[in-house]
Amino acid sequence: MKIVAICGAGIGSSGILKINAERVLTKLGIEADVTAADIASVRVAAADAQVILTSAAFVDAIGKTFADVIVIDNYFDQQELAEKLEKALG
Amino acid sequence: MPLPPLPESAIVLGAEAATWRDAVRLAGAALTASGATKPGYSDEMIRMIEEHGPYVVIAPGLALAHARPGPDVLADGLAVVTLATPVAFGHPHNDPVSVVLGLAISSIDRHLESVAELANVFNRASAIPAIAAATDPQTVIDIMGRRS
Repeated sequence: MKIVAICGAGIGSSGILKINAERVLTKLGIEADVTAADIASVRVAAADAQVILTSAAFVDAIGKTFADVIVIDNYFDQQELAEKLEKALG
Repeated sequence: MPLPPLPESAIVLGAEAATWRDAVRLAGAALTASGATKPGYSDEMIRMIEEHGPYVVIAPGLALAHARPGPDVLADGLAVVTLATPVAFGHPHNDPVSVVLGLAISSIDRHLESVAELANVFNRASAIPAIAAATDPQTVIDIMGRRS
């Protein structure tokens, strides 16, 4: 399972998303490789990803992809992350 | 790796900002005041939002303004700006913003350890309203020093 967190710079917000996604996945007992990347490299970074985690602002820029695009509103809300990840992966 | 340094000089409480650009500039000025960035970093943070939209509003009421490592970053640093009147960034769920964090990262290599510490602070749901309500810098430093 490969998951990519996308933001504008590839640092900061996508890093927070990656960290909290990893924590939630551990709690859910799901093994996954989570990376953080910037939107400019989404094509390469997410080429073989099952899930893209991001903000609503990037949905259009991500465009067509085979991955499930999950929009997270509150990056610090592990319950929101858990519910959305479980729905996408379940 | 701990949080990037947050000296009192990088904390501005109850500031006035008419627009999100003004709010981000306040965070940039605070980073410059603490010696973390050159003044040009403000424009870089604003450009990220102009280019990509309000994705930096990562939680209700909180914006994490930042740009990439580059010549305008002198050292890792963090700034905290609270707004007397919250401003809209145009985010569909998390507006209006009352707390703007400014983040400067000098090298991408170890930044994840720093942002992990940010997650540890803000995964506590009480952290954002507590910072928004703070009236002295030491209160903010204390909140940022707590871990969930």
